[in-house]
Amino acid sequence: MLNRRTLLAASGALLAAPRLSQAADLTGVTADEIKIGNVMPYSGPASAYGVIGKLEQAYFKAINDAGGFQGRKLNFITYDDGYSPPKTVEQTRRLVEQDKVSFVFNSLGTPTQSAVHRYMQQRKVPHLFLATGADKWADPQNFPWTIGWQPSYRTEAQIYAKAMLEQKPNAKMALLYQNDDFGKDYLAGVRDVLGARFDTMVKAVSHEVTDATIDSQVVQLHSLGCDVLLTATTPKFAAQTIRKVFDIGWRPALHFITNVSISVAAVMNPAGAEKGVGIITSAYLKDPTDPAWANDTGMKEWRDWMKAHMPDANQDDGNYVYSYGVCKTIMQVLTQCNGDFSRENVMKQATSLNRVANPSLINGITVSTSGTNYHPIKQMQLAKWDGRTFARFGNIIEGAG
Amino acid sequence: MASETPLLKRLLGVDQRVFWALGLVLLVAPVFTVESYRLFQLTLAAIYAIAILGLNIITGYNGQISLGHGAFYAVGAYVAAIMMDKMGLPYWSTLPAAAVICGLVGFGIGFPALRLGGLYLALTTFSLAVAVPQLLKYKGIEQWTGGVQGVLVFKPDAPFGLPLSSDQYMYLFTLAMAVLVFVLVRNLMASRIGRAIMAIRDHGLAAEAMGMDIARLKTNTFAVSAMITGLAGALSAIAVEFVSPDSFSVNLSITLFVGMVVGGVASIIGPVFGGLFVVFVPNLAEEISKAAPGVIYGFILILFLFVLPGGVAGLLRRLVARLLR
Amino acid sequence: MNGFIHQVIAGIATGGIYASVALALVMIYQATHHVNFAQGEMATFSTYIALTLVQAGLPFWVAFFATVGVSFCLGVLIERVLMRPMAHATVLTHVGLFIGLVLVVSNLTGWVFDYTVKPFPTPFHDGPLLGGLVTGHELGSTAVTLVVLGLVYVFFRYTRLGLAMRAAAYNPASARLVGVRVGWMLALGWGLAAGIGAIAGIMVAPVVFLEPNMMLGILLYAFAGALLGGIDNPGGAVVGGFAVGVIENLGGTYIVGTELKLTMALVIIIGVLLVKPAGLFGRVVLSRV
Repeated sequence: MLNRRTLLAASGALLAAPRLSQAADLTGVTADEIKIGNVMPYSGPASAYGVIGKLEQAYFKAINDAGGFQGRKLNFITYDDGYSPPKTVEQTRRLVEQDKVSFVFNSLGTPTQSAVHRYMQQRKVPHLFLATGADKWADPQNFPWTIGWQPSYRTEAQIYAKAMLEQKPNAKMALLYQNDDFGKDYLAGVRDVLGARFDTMVKAVSHEVTDATIDSQVVQLHSLGCDVLLTATTPKFAAQTIRKVFDIGWRPALHFITNVSISVAAVMNPAGAEKGVGIITSAYLKDPTDPAWANDTGMKEWRDWMKAHMPDANQDDGNYVYSYGVCKTIMQVLTQCNGDFSRENVMKQATSLNRVANPSLINGITVSTSGTNYHPIKQMQLAKWDGRTFARFGNIIEGAG
Repeated sequence: MASETPLLKRLLGVDQRVFWALGLVLLVAPVFTVESYRLFQLTLAAIYAIAILGLNIITGYNGQISLGHGAFYAVGAYVAAIMMDKMGLPYWSTLPAAAVICGLVGFGIGFPALRLGGLYLALTTFSLAVAVPQLLKYKGIEQWTGGVQGVLVFKPDAPFGLPLSSDQYMYLFTLAMAVLVFVLVRNLMASRIGRAIMAIRDHGLAAEAMGMDIARLKTNTFAVSAMITGLAGALSAIAVEFVSPDSFSVNLSITLFVGMVVGGVASIIGPVFGGLFVVFVPNLAEEISKAAPGVIYGFILILFLFVLPGGVAGLLRRLVARLLR
Repeated sequence: MNGFIHQVIAGIATGGIYASVALALVMIYQATHHVNFAQGEMATFSTYIALTLVQAGLPFWVAFFATVGVSFCLGVLIERVLMRPMAHATVLTHVGLFIGLVLVVSNLTGWVFDYTVKPFPTPFHDGPLLGGLVTGHELGSTAVTLVVLGLVYVFFRYTRLGLAMRAAAYNPASARLVGVRVGWMLALGWGLAAGIGAIAGIMVAPVVFLEPNMMLGILLYAFAGALLGGIDNPGGAVVGGFAVGVIENLGGTYIVGTELKLTMALVIIIGVLLVKPAGLFGRVVLSRV
């Protein structure tokens, strides 16, 4: 079985190299439209992320209302998969085989997209800027048609582990992670850096999304005498953690928190702004609720756009900033295509982004890709919560990936 | 009207084989008439139909409410995926294995659970369904299950050099399995054992008084039910080519239950409609409203139950009864 | 040892959450002999109503009682519109209806109030007590749960209406013969359950933060608590809720690890039910042929 897989992957890579002799694959592209596919969890356990797809619908509609892109309508077709992998397969096949889209853009979820990862290679359909922070999307050798967008969780965890070693080489780390693909990537990232020392230096405890509270885990980690805490959970649990850690009088020397859960409105303020003072994160996106960005040019652009096209949306929701940024990136790719929207060229341009600035990203962080670099964003900047805002410090860090 | 009735009666009575042949043609026709994506959807519908049939045996016929049959579906799927990916065994060999293992698991769970009965059983199985994903990613079995990453497998190509695409073959293969299972269950339910199973539902104490070993029969019924749903799970792993804990969330168990109620409780043909419902109606709901497809789906479900409290099978039964009168 | 005591206390605090929801479950069971799977979603929806009222400037307790009142009416409405016409359908169809209700209410909540995590105010002292193991809110909400429990007990035990409701649920035919208006009793049961659910939601939200799936995990533990204590015994359900909180913490920390917390809690509960199927404090029901 292994042989068959390697063979398939290898042949995929071979076929992926654009061959000039063959006619370009112009599926989904006509003189007056380009079909773009997308799969989102509009229902089910991850519906919170459905707003990403909603902004994208509004974004392409706005472009079409203003006359389209270079004379073409951008026909954005988005389906609901309820965050269930079998449904993702069904909906993705529908996009590729029935709707015949040119490419698939920003579909969401690690388990869901894993289910169609190989399929997209077989069909040679660009599988662009997936909305998941898993590391595996950056594998140009075996999966040349798939590329992520955001920095990987694993890279982020490596940054924290390194920062910890720099500041407290003999620390004992408590790692509180959500027991799913997202949380486990932090486990992997810390292990990457600590290697053999992982078992002696780290005490890892998981929680389930079905847990009512994480009080028990926090109490447990505290009683083990850890002096560094890394919280790798989703916003609700992150807010609970920050509050509980403070309430039981635990004052870890360093408290890192995943940049998934640093929203001022959804995490820091609910937890109690003063309880999180000193918390460190490494951010790449601007948080719409952080006063630091009140007068930022990029965020002004985003706010104006939101006001004009999604006036009823909750501007506290950072997913809209994310979504706006990734839309900007796909438009950059389409612009770079220079009129040639064949699948080969779309993929080529998606992997030829050269330090492109983006209004959603922290100033100084850019989007870059190449034939061998499938990590569009790999820069982050450390920031510390001062009770009011995340104050950025130090240089922009280039992740390993 | 009066002249038509005997005609139908004659058709049903004498030429049943014609109906069977017609039905078979209808089932096989999509292979040559619809595109492969639709065929994939129909394959899924057939798989769900088998799974729902399994659930219908314990819940519909035997009256024991299970809200956790997704667990057996998951076990079947993982058995198939592990056998294919980690052991390199052929896809067809996974089906009997999945059925046997799920039967044993069903027996093991059924034995204590069925002592609870009624509401307690419903809640216990519901809890089982909720716990399935975390059991699947438990680190002790991670080397087999792939943990949160799941397992990728390959769909088989058509054997003997048949000129069929793998989607076409998978549909036919699933169909063959479905027909086999449906016929077996139909015969089982028409047999003495089947009548005993239903007697327990309708008059438990009376059945016991007549000397039936209720506990054993219930447990065995649960095992058979788990077996069939597990078989469907194995087929789903092969058709979808991927298993992961998120594929088997509590929503799956709820989906199976919805399919059963919508198709028709305690009916052989009902699960077919149930399978079609759970695959196609969510897409329909999405067509109606992109903003909140879940709300629409819920409304359709409630409306459906209002209009057809006996499910599609109940409607068919009424129609046939009227035509035969 | 310190860790152990802390886990027990934290477990009791979390158990208070389960207890309040378990109480709502028992309530509807007593009044209708149904277990409403949409109870959690309905409670979450009510909690959003309360938040909206608080944000509109109403004092907390005014918003609290207003929400309970609105939820009561919604519960009655659901019974009248949804359950009444289906009164003669099978249990399985009813469960199907509940599932439809879950889908509609949970998705509606997300659609109307969006999915961002929101803080919820507490009327109690909002700070840590006992070295942070318990907050003022947790004590306050436990007190509220106990008050509600007391009211429920008195209501069912000593009022004519409560007795009539129990009769209507237990034996509708006989109840009807002695002049109980069974239909309205069921509607009233739904209303009361929705009201108690709203109280539970309002008490839970400050601890776990408000978002549309707030009750998802809690409901399951509450089921466990209700089963453990006996589904027909309000006091038992409350004790069961606290017990599940403690069992969950101790098992997760010391026996199987946090990964299998939920599973282990379930196993223990099934074990208890096997030994004592009616729950720790439930009545054993004998049926006649």
